[in-house]
Amino acid sequence: MGSRSSLLICVLVFGVVSALFTGHPESAWPLAQIDDYLLNILIMAGINVILAVSLNIVSGHTGQFSLGHAGFMAVGAYGSAAVTQIGGKAILNALSFLGGAAPTCVFVLSLFVGGSLAAVAGLAVGLPSLRLKGDYLAIVTLGFGEIIRVVIQNTEAVGGARGLTGIPSFTTLGWTWGLAAFCIYCVSALVRSTYGRGFLAVRDDEIAAEAMGVNTTKYKVTAFVVGSFFAGLAGALYAHLIGYITPEGFSFLKSVDVVVMVILGGMGSTLGVTVAACLLTFLNELLRQAEQYRMVAFALLLIVLMILRPQGLLGGIDRWIQARRNRS
Amino acid sequence: MAPSEAATEIVVGEFASLSGATASFGQSSHKGTAMAVDEINATGGVLGKKMRLVTEDDQSKPGEAATVVRKLISREHIVALLGEVASSRSLEAAPICQQAGIPMISPASTNPKVTEVGDFIFRVCFIDPFQGTVLSKFALSKNWKRVAILTDVKQDYSVGLSQFFKAHISANGGTVVSEQSYSSGDKDFKAQLTAIKGTTPDVILASGYYTESGLIALQSRELQIAAPLIGGDGWDSPSLVEVGGKAVEGSFFSNHFSVEDPAPEIQAFLKKFNDKYHEQPDAMAALGYDSAMILVDAIKRAGTTEGPKLRDSLAATKDFVAVTGKITLNAQRNADKSAVMLEVRNGQFKYVETVAP
Repeated sequence: MGSRSSLLICVLVFGVVSALFTGHPESAWPLAQIDDYLLNILIMAGINVILAVSLNIVSGHTGQFSLGHAGFMAVGAYGSAAVTQIGGKAILNALSFLGGAAPTCVFVLSLFVGGSLAAVAGLAVGLPSLRLKGDYLAIVTLGFGEIIRVVIQNTEAVGGARGLTGIPSFTTLGWTWGLAAFCIYCVSALVRSTYGRGFLAVRDDEIAAEAMGVNTTKYKVTAFVVGSFFAGLAGALYAHLIGYITPEGFSFLKSVDVVVMVILGGMGSTLGVTVAACLLTFLNELLRQAEQYRMVAFALLLIVLMILRPQGLLGGIDRWIQARRNRS
Repeated sequence: MAPSEAATEIVVGEFASLSGATASFGQSSHKGTAMAVDEINATGGVLGKKMRLVTEDDQSKPGEAATVVRKLISREHIVALLGEVASSRSLEAAPICQQAGIPMISPASTNPKVTEVGDFIFRVCFIDPFQGTVLSKFALSKNWKRVAILTDVKQDYSVGLSQFFKAHISANGGTVVSEQSYSSGDKDFKAQLTAIKGTTPDVILASGYYTESGLIALQSRELQIAAPLIGGDGWDSPSLVEVGGKAVEGSFFSNHFSVEDPAPEIQAFLKKFNDKYHEQPDAMAALGYDSAMILVDAIKRAGTTEGPKLRDSLAATKDFVAVTGKITLNAQRNADKSAVMLEVRNGQFKYVETVAP
């Protein structure tokens, strides 16, 4: 058991506690005093954690630079919204025997559909493109991300450029952080498994790994599909938080935001990117006071951090913890 | 909020795209709104209290609007919300306001879906179907029956405008001979224009924003297409002429108001705006100003800032004389008001006619 499991426990406890106490506005518990604004930031932080941790499995652990994460998020968002918004009534009626639990079931179904569709998209994109390396792969994933966005933009059934409105707001703090914990657990467990050794081998030296008989394409595609699945989940949570999605929201810039979180947190460090995702979400809000200088301040902070800690905020921390453990 | 504070001021929230892709629209509408609030406070405020405008920037980014609106509601305890220009961001804010019971007035979101969100959501501008109808009626009055449509598929506004224009003109004796599309940021429209040229239209609808429309005009003249161009309020920017030059001469577009209109309220607004900011107001500034003024009028009539009462009072707005025309809020909480047609002549936007709803 390492830092990851303790992190996981923290996230789980936080998720359960917040799920219990934020649902009731009249509750006397201090946590219930969280206002709508703070709640929104906390949920956004959770969504960003899922995005960053899932990209980390592709970029950090497997070393494949992807710029198409927002595209998979879009697939998840639209896929899940299609279930709850377009098919919502029909599915609710079909599930009416469940009584009060029916909306929750629809939401779970939509999350699953969103994640699975994103995983399928990840497979479709990954199979041909992961034979490429480095810059070429970055360009291909960027291209695919944009293709996904443009296809949605021109699909009238999901609103086209006008976006999809009226998505029910199912996303809660508990769901978000619960899924964040699930995501962290899956990624940690995967990285520690045989598969994870494969990922790391591909990252550290692809040629050597191939020479040792590691099926590099298989490992790369696996990492990509898992990453896409969680990006799809994040998209589904986002869609049911904001209630309205447009293709514009899943542009290349969104992918870059996630890449920044991963690089800032430290490539390959799950703890690092989790902290970075939370930090950047909160920083974005704290800097609101700076008004028009906000983005300047934000960029400056990033530059300073990158100069002081080029390996990322907590890059190498896992190794450090491991080393300390071994000594004692 | 402490009760003593509540007694001395009325806090109104505003969210606008002060930075990012549509910063020019957000800044314009903000200037108009801020001027209206200053003006109200200079004349003694509302209900004996000063009005305080709290503005948040949403960076023209999806997702940000929802966050800043939640902040305004839960941290600033606003009584009403003004904004946004872009329909996509108004659509993010509307469900939040509806749920919180805070009336929201959008100055310039023309997508019909915005006010469909609920009974707390209003707007002071006309909607896409109306603008599409105005343009179609105008084309038919000029006897332009064969129309070509060029849509910016990346902009929900352009898609909507083209759709409603097509529906009206097809039902009223016109024919759509060609439908072409592009994406914001494109620079070369020759392929689409060549296809359009082959169908010999009487007029071309370029329903996107000014930058692309200016380029479209330029390239259509290069291809020797003689048909005039028409467009919507997205053309309203000096950049249209800067980009299009001579090619946009003789083109027409619909807008919310004209600075040439001799009506006293428009001329007074022009003078005030010029004195304050030393520049000409555009339609967004006028709409931003109107949104604040309509809110003030409703607060005065309601005699309170309580959400449900303020909503009822807003819904009862009738024949309010605003800068952008006489505004009546209808049952769908949209503004019933006139549009103006403008012609580009000698690099300026000349008033042609007013089209009643």
